[in-house]
Amino acid sequence: MLRVLFFGRFREELGCAELSLEFSSSSSSLERLQHKLMAEQGVKWAEVLSQKNVICAVNQEVATENLALNDGDEIAFFPPVTGG
Amino acid sequence: MRPTLNVIVQADDFDAATLQAGLLQGDASEGAVATFTGYVRSDNDNRQVHSLELEHYPGMTESSVLQILQESAQRWPVLSAGVVHRVGRLSPGEHIVWVGVSSSHRGASFAACEFIMDYLKTRAPFWKKELGPEGGHWVDARESDSERAGRWQAETDK
Repeated sequence: MLRVLFFGRFREELGCAELSLEFSSSSSSLERLQHKLMAEQGVKWAEVLSQKNVICAVNQEVATENLALNDGDEIAFFPPVTGG
Repeated sequence: MRPTLNVIVQADDFDAATLQAGLLQGDASEGAVATFTGYVRSDNDNRQVHSLELEHYPGMTESSVLQILQESAQRWPVLSAGVVHRVGRLSPGEHIVWVGVSSSHRGASFAACEFIMDYLKTRAPFWKKELGPEGGHWVDARESDSERAGRWQAETDK
C-alpha cells in the first residue's frame, strides 16, 4: 500500500487529508501516482494536482524530480510552505 | 563538541525568556545569544486577520527544521540552537515562532539565527490560513522569502 497525504490548501480543496492506494505498476513512480490520482479521482483532483508549484514529498523528504516509489512509501502533496 | 539542537512544534504558547535560558549549556565559551520571536499580525496584504490556523506535516516538520539547524551548525560555530513553532489557532499578538542560537561571538549567532528563520520560512512544512471578516484565506508563499533564503545559497556558491 501507498499512504498519500495532502496538506494546506490542497487538503481543503480536495476534501481529503489522507488516502491509501494499492501499490501497482500504475503507481510505481511519483509521476505515475500523480497522473493516476488526476485521472481516477475526478476533475477537482486534476485541477489541483496540475497546478504550478505542487510540492511532492516521499517518505517526508521533498522530491525535486520524478522518483520510483516502493510499496509502503508515504507520499505527500502540498502547496509552497508558509510558516514562520 | 557537538552543538545541542532542539526542535519543538506545539499548540501551547511559550516563554521566550525561559527558552533563552534553556539555550545556555553552562559552557565557558558561550558569549553571544541571538534570538528571534515572530508574532501574529492583525493585518496581512491589507486583509484584516482575526486569527490564523497553522497546519503542519507532523514528523516531516521536525526533521526538516532539525536539518536546517544542522546546516546552520555546519556554517557557523554554533554551540546550541533551538526552534519552537506553534500550530493550531492563533490570534493577533500571539507568539508564533521562536529561534535562538548561542555561539562564542555575535557574528555567528546573528547570522545563524537569520539563516534558520529564512530557511524555516521556505522549507519547513507549515501552512497558514488567515481567518478574517471575509472568511478564510490561505496565505501564499512570498517571492521575497525565497529571495532571502536564496542569498544564503548564493553565499555558498561564492
